Amino acid sequence: MFAWFGLVSFCPHTKVAGFAQHLKDGRLMGSRCDACGRVSFPPRADCPDCRGAEFTFTEYGGAGTVVTYTRIAAAPAGFEGRTPFTIGVVDLDEGGRLLAWCGETLPEAGLQIGQRVQVVPRLFEDCEEIKVHYTLEAPGTTWAKV
Amino acid sequence: MARVGIIGCGQTAFGRRSDATVQELAFEAWRAALADAGVEPDVVEATVVGSVPEYHKQRSLPGVIQEYLNLNPRPVWLTEAACASGSAALRTAWLEIAAGVHDVVAVIGCQKMTELETAEILALMGRVGDVQWESGFGTTFPGYYAMFARRHMHEFGTTSDQLAAVAVKNHHYGAANPKAMFRKEITVAKARASEEVSAPLSVYDCCANADGAACVILAGERAARAMGKDRVVWLDGMGCASDSMSVLRRTDLTGLPSARAAAAQAYAMAGVTAKDIQVADVHDCFTIAEIMAYEDLGFCGRGEGGPFIDARGSYIGGAHPVNLDGGLKAKGHPIGATGVSMTCEIVSQLRGECGPRQVPGASVGLTHNVGGIGQYCFVNVLRRD
Ligand SMILES: [Zn+2]
Repeated sequence: MFAWFGLVSFCPHTKVAGFAQHLKDGRLMGSRCDACGRVSFPPRADCPDCRGAEFTFTEYGGAGTVVTYTRIAAAPAGFEGRTPFTIGVVDLDEGGRLLAWCGETLPEAGLQIGQRVQVVPRLFEDCEEIKVHYTLEAPGTTWAKV
Repeated sequence: MARVGIIGCGQTAFGRRSDATVQELAFEAWRAALADAGVEPDVVEATVVGSVPEYHKQRSLPGVIQEYLNLNPRPVWLTEAACASGSAALRTAWLEIAAGVHDVVAVIGCQKMTELETAEILALMGRVGDVQWESGFGTTFPGYYAMFARRHMHEFGTTSDQLAAVAVKNHHYGAANPKAMFRKEITVAKARASEEVSAPLSVYDCCANADGAACVILAGERAARAMGKDRVVWLDGMGCASDSMSVLRRTDLTGLPSARAAAAQAYAMAGVTAKDIQVADVHDCFTIAEIMAYEDLGFCGRGEGGPFIDARGSYIGGAHPVNLDGGLKAKGHPIGATGVSMTCEIVSQLRGECGPRQVPGASVGLTHNVGGIGQYCFVNVLRRD
């Protein structure tokens, strides 16, 4: 199921495969270590602090701040037809970081480091197979509205 | 710990080599290093090969190299640390000698990058980052450094002209290096006009894939003296550190913590500070990477890398001349060969053999070789007594 995640997948098997199912259902999930309570994003099964092996997914609100970004003109295999695209790295308010494409509500021309954004789960609707990801959108954007 | 030195070095020219296999390239560097050292192969007890396997059709490269060099049954293996694989091989050979296991060891860094089809290169490009959380979004190697550049510009006011000035310097010196891939001067205007790769980086901010090999022969102090070697360059400070693969785990997006950690180790071991470094070869896979290297190595303060190149601090005559071989930018970047080639360049500088590119009287030099986006960093201080 994790093969659903990303336009191109190199990583079908992981202990946090449920992340992709949640994303398809419109939920952004981090992980919480059952032993020590450490919260991680991206989610991880094995706790780096206490080495615990049990975790539970915990839902993220997805608000955050842009820390850097770039517009990619020379793209790797699988992305040729989509250039240029803009990716940004976001510090999440609830801890952790993610990297994602900028969505329609966040044009690259106005993008700035320090800008507030909302991470929104997305389906690649032009793909025949299930492909899920998330985009960076203007604050207040919800899953239903994209 | 035994002092270890370099008694010989050699390298191929870097560039497209459609006439040779990777082991044939390795042999060219090996032949040159033996001649430079003035030794026969029988004194070399072991080989370490630095290379990145994904680029070669031949699997398990050290086997075919050791065979082609006619060195069986002496030991050989591969070290891999992305673009720092060559320095990983050098460090391994240094450890073998420092540990007292061997007296003389050859280090071979080699890479043949132009054999791959464009489609294969594009596919490899797509897997440079963390493939679980980042590659699915189409991240690229220039893309990561572009994000460092954007953050550096935001925090410190670094400009695209300052990035271009790094490329101009490296092409200036590369033009005088017969081993360099690009031997032409460029201007800031020409660099700025080049096609965008990943904003704010354009073509002239990026180094080029290349084919090439480099070899150094290391000996322990006692063995070097016993062989009568009197122009040895010593590996007096050896630093090495790591950092996260994923950009999502980086606390610093304007420098490489692994480079600062490796530099601190190397300076402490050699008993020097940044001020003492008279010539350096640093990992300018992108222009921003050289600016960050000035800062991480302490050649200038944090955020002062742009003004440092503006003031020509990294030219001959400046406080810390950098990449007088043209750097990765103009010399080319056959990734496994790069760290060993950097070492060859600093050895040549410390022996005073670099002609128009020579830092007069240099006796302390440094190499800074980064793997990936700083997942690995090796910083070494070299000295000529
Ligand atoms: Zn835990």
